[in-house]
Amino acid sequence: MRVAVVGAGPAGVRAVEQLVRAGLRPVWIDEAPDGGGRIYQRPPAGFHRTPKALYGWEGGRAAALHATLDALKPQVDWRPETLVWNIQPGLLDPGRLDTVRDGAVEQLGFDAAILCTGAMDRVIPIPGWTLPGVTAMGAAQIALKTQGCAIGRRVAFVGSGPLLWLVAYQYMKSGAGIAAVIDTTPWRTKLHALAGLRDGAATLAKGAWYVARLRAAGILVREGATPIAIEGEDGVTGLRWRDASGVEQRLDCDALALGWGVRPETQLADLAGVPMRFDAPSHLWVPQRDAAGRSAVPGLYLAGDGAGIGGADVAEMAGARAALALQEDAGMKADVELATRLDRRLHAQARFRAALDRAFPFPARLAATMPDATILCRCEAVRAGELRQAARADAATGAAPEVNRAKAFTRIGMGRCQGRICGAAASAVLADALGCDVTEVGRLRGQAPVKPLPMPMPIPAGTP
Amino acid sequence: MSGVVETEVLVIGGGGAGCSTALHLALRGAKVVLLERGLVGSQASGANYGGVRQQGRHPAELPIAKRSHAIWQDLPRLLGTDCEFVATGHLKLARSAADEADLVAYLDVARDYQLPVRFLDRATLHRDYPWLGASVVAASFAPEDGSANPRLLSPALAQAARAAGAAIREQIQVTACRHENGRFVVEAGDAVFHADTLVNTAGFWGGQVAEWFGEPVPVRPHTPNMGVTEPIPYFIRPNIGVAGGGIYLRQIPRGNVIFGGGRGTGDPAVPFSRATPEATLAAMRKAVEIVPSLAGVSVIRSWSGIDGMMPDGIPVVGPSSTTPGLFHAFGFSGHGFQLGPAIGAILSELVLDGRTDVPLEPLSIRRFQTTP
Repeated sequence: MRVAVVGAGPAGVRAVEQLVRAGLRPVWIDEAPDGGGRIYQRPPAGFHRTPKALYGWEGGRAAALHATLDALKPQVDWRPETLVWNIQPGLLDPGRLDTVRDGAVEQLGFDAAILCTGAMDRVIPIPGWTLPGVTAMGAAQIALKTQGCAIGRRVAFVGSGPLLWLVAYQYMKSGAGIAAVIDTTPWRTKLHALAGLRDGAATLAKGAWYVARLRAAGILVREGATPIAIEGEDGVTGLRWRDASGVEQRLDCDALALGWGVRPETQLADLAGVPMRFDAPSHLWVPQRDAAGRSAVPGLYLAGDGAGIGGADVAEMAGARAALALQEDAGMKADVELATRLDRRLHAQARFRAALDRAFPFPARLAATMPDATILCRCEAVRAGELRQAARADAATGAAPEVNRAKAFTRIGMGRCQGRICGAAASAVLADALGCDVTEVGRLRGQAPVKPLPMPMPIPAGTP
Repeated sequence: MSGVVETEVLVIGGGGAGCSTALHLALRGAKVVLLERGLVGSQASGANYGGVRQQGRHPAELPIAKRSHAIWQDLPRLLGTDCEFVATGHLKLARSAADEADLVAYLDVARDYQLPVRFLDRATLHRDYPWLGASVVAASFAPEDGSANPRLLSPALAQAARAAGAAIREQIQVTACRHENGRFVVEAGDAVFHADTLVNTAGFWGGQVAEWFGEPVPVRPHTPNMGVTEPIPYFIRPNIGVAGGGIYLRQIPRGNVIFGGGRGTGDPAVPFSRATPEATLAAMRKAVEIVPSLAGVSVIRSWSGIDGMMPDGIPVVGPSSTTPGLFHAFGFSGHGFQLGPAIGAILSELVLDGRTDVPLEPLSIRRFQTTP
């Protein structure tokens, strides 16, 4: 049986571990040079820092995952620095993955595949967000984690979610200058959602600890605040924001990290025909799967953040569980005891995730009410006002009733990222302009290539 | 909306041809309802390459294409938008002596139809377009031709039709049609439509409509494979075609290069269509042969849509052979985008005047009927 695993983050590593344990030799594809996923992304060759220094409290987990990854490589068909740019699901025929590595394309057949495609930053465009010096929260962390670089000398962190506090803390510890931490979620909301849960208490405690350390260092920390605009001409010079009592404030900064958690990378699942659903608590479209990671497409399994945000620990469990499900479905002898244990733990984690989603709600209003002049789609330089215009019944093309039609009229989400960055905000703006629920405007459909594919490519061998 | 809807003219299919028909009928005061299964311009009319071209067309299509050319130039007045139509000229390339001979032969056709086309020999061509690949040996240039944004045309035509009084009904699928007591009865969604006149502009699915009226045609689904690159500096001014086909490309002033070639995949029953990696990769390779400097430029998206392909590559346009009051315009075989605006004008004349100056006999549905 030909099995393919896409992604070598926490989910991919644990999936491959179980496949190899069962005697399979999967094809294992990852975009990064050396795996690890975004959360445990490894520094480039020649950089030597301890796991503790790189990954903080998660250093032990990172080191363990990397050790497993390295041990698995010789036992599989390991293909790093390789992009899966298209997937054709196997319904009657075997499925196929279209890959590209260093300009060379290849088609790989598979009987079963586990997609562990991970997550990317979720940002809300605010005025000035395209200025040099503004990065996504996760990117700010990766710059620090993998290369020991801060994104500026005086950095403002704006957004919400556990990552906001973690990254700000990591910057502080590394000696980088911090201008402020501006959290759009009020403390009350977090307390209310997380209190009473065992894991919630730990998260609250961790968060409180970060906040206390940041405050103790004299850093401006504000919750329940709203960013208004990033200021600057050729680069970031400041941030205008509104505090919890509604008073407008301004601060100086030369760089800014922006992020409201992460969103799943669902393009391959979408192209493969996996049905998607809107997960209201997280305000995200996620591919449908069962608790073990089976999708409605035969032979296709989903695990990790790409299947719905759960974090690294959940991803490790889900990866292993999906691999066991694949074995069960293929009539192989699977470790039933492990599967049962994983099911129990994943179920418990789902409750905690629901609480986290309540604690850090996506500020849809902030997106929906962005000023007309805000560049919403940065790839195509489409402003929010143009999208609102496309929702008007008196537009030359009539009103766009859903987001793909709005894309056709305005080019929103048509660029290099295909709406992975602006899609959620675009839906919020369009739904608000049409006066309907965000689920009614739908989601931007995926199209191959899922990431840019350079010309020219030799035709794969065997193509008629 | 359930119940019975009475109208004078019912149009089935909201592509460029159908929306233009609704517009031209409404402008002349006819009571018209258009039914579209999805959103207007969802299939071939919205997903095509965007070429607006007369050069290279079958002589049977040229009178329609010429009439359309006039309407394309008039779109701002008619629709309040130019649909990004730009007369960049269309440059048709030859890569062999045989293809060159075909281009030369077409010059006579062009002359017969007063279509301005200029032949460029190898030296002139490479002097004027130094970015062309060495495999190109000659070309013919049609200055009136160009390109437009296909995603805008049908919705803008539909919007203008609405403004003129037409009812454009989207997300409603026609499930049955018949002619009863001199009137057309069309079942769609949970409603029944009664009309004096029926216009079939249903693209590939137009074959089903024709079949309902006892005149089946051998139309097949056609799914052109399209792609687009990231924006690069604007240097490819004309819309580029190639004798023998296989690749066509154009660049828009904002920088993206749009290219097509080969077939995607699809299922008209869903309807579903998608570009295939094989066709996309083949088109990319051919694009680089023609314009070598595209090497390394990133392709960011691919797509397809469903059109109707006729065995002889030209559409069915004109009155039904079985049913008075029924008019067809479908099966545009991968090159109907430019024709759409004129099709509406011509059909409105057929419906309201019973005649048109544009010769349609070569496009009649009769050509697929074997004489008993």
